[in-house]
Amino acid sequence: MIRFEGVGKRYPGGNEALRGLDLHIRQGELVFVTGASGAGKSTFLRLIPLLERPSRGNVLIDGVNLSALRRRRIPFLRRRIGMIFQDHRLLHDRTVFDNVALPLVITGRPHQDVARRVRAALDKVGLLRRERAYPVTLSGGEQQRVGIARAVVTRPPILLADEPTGNLDPALSREIMHLFEQFNQVGVTTVIASHDLPLIEALGHRRIQLHDGRAA
Amino acid sequence: MRMWLGQHARAAISALGQLRRKPGGSLMTAAAIGIALALPAAFLLIVDNIESAMSGWDGMPTASVFLALDTPPDQQAATAERIAALGGIQEVILITPAEALAEFQATAGMDETLAMLDANPLPAVVEARLTGRLDAATTERLMNRLQALPHVEEIRLDQTWMQRLDALLELGNRTIAIIALLLGLTVTLVIGNTIRLDIENRRSEVEITKLIGGTDAFVRRPFLYTGVWYGLAGGVVSGVILVAGMQAVSAPATRLATLYQSAFQPAGPGVSGILTLLVTGLLLGLFGAWLAVGRHLATIEPQ
Ligand SMILES: Nc1ncnc2c1ncn2[C@@H]1O[C@H](COP(=O)(O)OP(=O)(O)OP(=O)(O)O)[C@@H](O)[C@H]1O
Ligand SMILES: [Mg+2]
Repeated sequence: MIRFEGVGKRYPGGNEALRGLDLHIRQGELVFVTGASGAGKSTFLRLIPLLERPSRGNVLIDGVNLSALRRRRIPFLRRRIGMIFQDHRLLHDRTVFDNVALPLVITGRPHQDVARRVRAALDKVGLLRRERAYPVTLSGGEQQRVGIARAVVTRPPILLADEPTGNLDPALSREIMHLFEQFNQVGVTTVIASHDLPLIEALGHRRIQLHDGRAA
Repeated sequence: MRMWLGQHARAAISALGQLRRKPGGSLMTAAAIGIALALPAAFLLIVDNIESAMSGWDGMPTASVFLALDTPPDQQAATAERIAALGGIQEVILITPAEALAEFQATAGMDETLAMLDANPLPAVVEARLTGRLDAATTERLMNRLQALPHVEEIRLDQTWMQRLDALLELGNRTIAIIALLLGLTVTLVIGNTIRLDIENRRSEVEITKLIGGTDAFVRRPFLYTGVWYGLAGGVVSGVILVAGMQAVSAPATRLATLYQSAFQPAGPGVSGILTLLVTGLLLGLFGAWLAVGRHLATIEPQ
C-alpha cells in the first residue's frame, strides 16, 4: 500500500531529514513510527500525501509512483488519505459539524448524505452532542477527536496520524489509540507517529523505528 | 451537472455569508465601487440628455434666405415655393417686409427709429427649416442651390454653434470613455486588493482545504464569488446613486427646458442602463477577484 524506495529528503537550508529510507506498509496494517525528535517521523508522513516532495528515491501509494503524479492530481491523492495532526488543524470559525463536513463538501456530496456521514463520524468519536460547538470551546482531547472524525468521514483507505496523543493524558491517549485500532479493524491502513513508547509497547503492533533518516 | 451547480451555489452562498460577517467593511467597499461606477454613468447620462435635448429642439437648424429688396411680392411667394421644393427642406415660412416691420415695431423702442424712415428698409425673408441635421457636404450643396435661385441675396445658416456643440459632445464622449476606463481599472484594483486581503485573512482555511484534498478550483470559487458579490453590490449602489441624482435634477432640468420652450424631459438610466451597470459591476468584480486569486492562491501550500 505504502512503499518507500531509497527515499531521501533534504530541506532547503541543508537539513537532511531522510537519507535512503526503504519500507513497505501493507494494506490493512497498523504501524507505529517512532524515533528521537528530529529523526524524520513527520517528514516521512508528509511525503505520503505530497505535502513534501522527496529529494530522491520513490514513494509508491497503491502502486502509483508519486513522482509521476501531476500537480492537478494531488487533491485526489489527498482525498484517499485521512490525516491527523498534533495541532488538529481545525477551522476556528466553523462549527464542529462544518469542520467534519469539509472533506465531503470538497467532493461535492449531496446534502443529506453529508449530514448522515458527519453524524456517523461524530458518533464514532463520541462527539455527536457537540456538533454545534466551535472548536475553541472544546478541550484538547475533544478537538483531537474532531480532527479524527474529519479524517475518517470520507472512509479513506489510508489514515496517517502525527503524534495524535502528544498533549493528552495517558487515559485519553489510550482511548484515542483504541479508536485508531477500530478503524484499522475495518481495513484502513493506519500509520501513527508517536513518542509514547509505553503505550505502543502495550498495544503491540508493528513498529518502524527511524534513526538518522533510515529505518533502524 | 447537478453536483457542479450545487458546488457553485454553495460557494456563492458561503461567499455572501463571509461578506455579511463583516458588514461595515463590505458596505464601504461596495460604496467605493458604486461611486466609481456611478461617475462615468452619470456623465454619459448627461451627454445623452444634452444630445436628445438638442436634437428635439424646434426650428433647428434653419436657413434664413434673404431676398433682394426689389423683389416683387408675387416673386417672393414664388421663391419661397421654389425653396420648399428643394430636397433637404422640411418647410418654409415667408416673412414679407411688412410682417418683418410689424415684428420689429412690436419690439420695444424700435417704434420711433422706424418712424423716421420713409420706406420699409427690411427685405423679405424665407425661413427654411432643414429636414434634420445634415452633414457638411450636403449642407454645402444645399446652400449653393439656394444661392443660385433668382432674387436670393444672402443666406444665413444658423449652424456653426450646432457644429460646435457636436464637437463638444464628441469631446465629452471621448473624455467619458477615458474616465470610464480609469474608474473601471480602479474598481478592478479595489476588488482585487480586497480579495487579496481576504485570502490573507483566510490563509489557514485555504491551507486546510488544500490539505484535505480541495482542488484549486474549489479553493478559488468562494473568492471569485466574493468578487462577483462586491461588483454586484457596487452596481446596485451606483444604480441608487443615479436614480437619486436624477430625482434631484429632473425638476430644475424640466423648468430650464420650459424656459427654452422645449418639451424636453430628462431621461434616467432606465432599466437597461441599470442592468448594464449591474453586469459591468459583476464582470469587473469577477475580473478583479480572478486577478487576485490567480496570483495569490497558488503560492499558499499546506504546511
Ligand atoms: N520545513 C523544514 N525546513 C527545514 N528543515 C526541516 C523542516 N521540517 C523538518 N526539518 C528538519 O528535518 C529533520 C526531521 O524533522 P521531522 O519534523 O521530520 O522530525 P520528527 O521526527 O517529526 O521530530 P519530532 O519528534 O520533534 O516531531 C529535523 O532535523 C528538522 O530540523
Ligand atoms: Mg514531528
